[in-house]
Amino acid sequence: MENPLETEKTYQKYVDEKSPDSPILKNCFNAFWVGGLICSIGQIILNICKSRGFDIATSGTIVSIILIAISAFFTGLNIFNKIGKFAGAGSLVPITGFANSIVAPAMEYKSEGYIMGVGGKMFTVAGPVLVFGISSSIIVGIIYLIFNTQSITLV
Amino acid sequence: MEKLGKQTIKFDTPPTILECASIVGPKESEGPLAKYFDQCLEDEFWGEKTWEKAESKIIKETIHAAISKSGVPAEKIDCSFAGDLLNQCISSSFALRDSNVPFFGVFGACSTFVESLSLGAICTESFAKHVLCATSSHFCSAEKQFRFPLELGNQRPPTAQWTVTGSGAAVLSKSGTGPFITHITPGKIVDMGIKDANNMGAAMAPAFVDTLLTHFKDTGRTPNYYDAIISGDLGHIGKEIAIDIAKSQGYNIKSNYNDCGVLIFDKNKQDTHSGGSGCGCCGSVFSGYFFKQLKSKKIKRLLLIATGALMNSTSSQQGESIPGIAHAISIEI
Repeated sequence: MENPLETEKTYQKYVDEKSPDSPILKNCFNAFWVGGLICSIGQIILNICKSRGFDIATSGTIVSIILIAISAFFTGLNIFNKIGKFAGAGSLVPITGFANSIVAPAMEYKSEGYIMGVGGKMFTVAGPVLVFGISSSIIVGIIYLIFNTQSITLV
Repeated sequence: MEKLGKQTIKFDTPPTILECASIVGPKESEGPLAKYFDQCLEDEFWGEKTWEKAESKIIKETIHAAISKSGVPAEKIDCSFAGDLLNQCISSSFALRDSNVPFFGVFGACSTFVESLSLGAICTESFAKHVLCATSSHFCSAEKQFRFPLELGNQRPPTAQWTVTGSGAAVLSKSGTGPFITHITPGKIVDMGIKDANNMGAAMAPAFVDTLLTHFKDTGRTPNYYDAIISGDLGHIGKEIAIDIAKSQGYNIKSNYNDCGVLIFDKNKQDTHSGGSGCGCCGSVFSGYFFKQLKSKKIKRLLLIATGALMNSTSSQQGESIPGIAHAISIEI
């Protein structure tokens, strides 16, 4: 038998072969149906709001608020992490995952006080999403502005 | 003391491990070794307000248990060696701050238990009559420091390991009737370039094999000499890798080798992926299970090799590879 410790490269290759992969098919399937379910719930709330006479923008805001509240509540009840472990991206990608990523550190770091703990650490997980989400929206906005100067009217 | 070969130290008057104690958390209490631990906790907080305080309490109470079982009064303990995973080893130092025992804080990541025992054993050859050695780890405080907040809904890869909530403590004595620490082989750092902090077993396995083989070469012993060769926390994947590497170098350890991280959890029932890890893994499994096996003479010669990954979250984020270490002690009756 060859010695896997010959070089770092051979060892890395050997370790990759030896380490089991994540169950991608199962993970994708669970992410698909849980993510779909969350979005369907959002759609149901949206339709109810519209039928009650709210316009589409207000209805969308109400959907976000309700989903965020539910997800924050479930995080507090130690339920969301179980859903997240099961569904992965299915619960992470919708706004529920974003709410969870803010509430979880807020709970965890409460022991370090409200200012430096909750306040300082609340965005440790969501921070990168905010930074790159906002940055990319600015870049896209600039590109849009360059290519569509005619159609843009600045109020 | 006498130096054998390259790295091994042989004791002229081998110190005795007088008594051991172990306390573990709720998940470990559902594992296959539950009945061997001195105390099984029902919740991770144990009446404290923070994970860090809880971990400190666990190691403090474990030390108390070990001291009271040994019958040595606390003021007769000449010095103590203890360490853990939290920044600057706060669990250990907070646990020992009221003890009035001279304290050396040690850090060897998950190899700390054997590192403490080794240093303690060396002390008994010179000034010390009784030495206290202890380590701990806590799943929640470790997750908080090294990974993500507990409530975050994320997935762990199959190679990830589960930090053991628990502590092990041992009281060493210059004189006694055994089990004796006859040899120690302090390990050197081995880094084979693994960068994945979710695959610690693979990062540490080369260090384990290095220390193991050095121990055999230095002492002239073979794997068959020992009833059991036990690694600290290589986990299921690390264990397989270790067997493979040792075999490729001409040593077959398959029949008498096992790993504390494999033994402490039931992989299929407890969803712990590649097995247990942390200072408390080797500490509690040795103190709880193997020490009792030695006492009852079911195991007569044990080679305990605790493995450690010498990295932190900053070095991981900066893309550094993970240096591994493994310290060995030979315990015989």
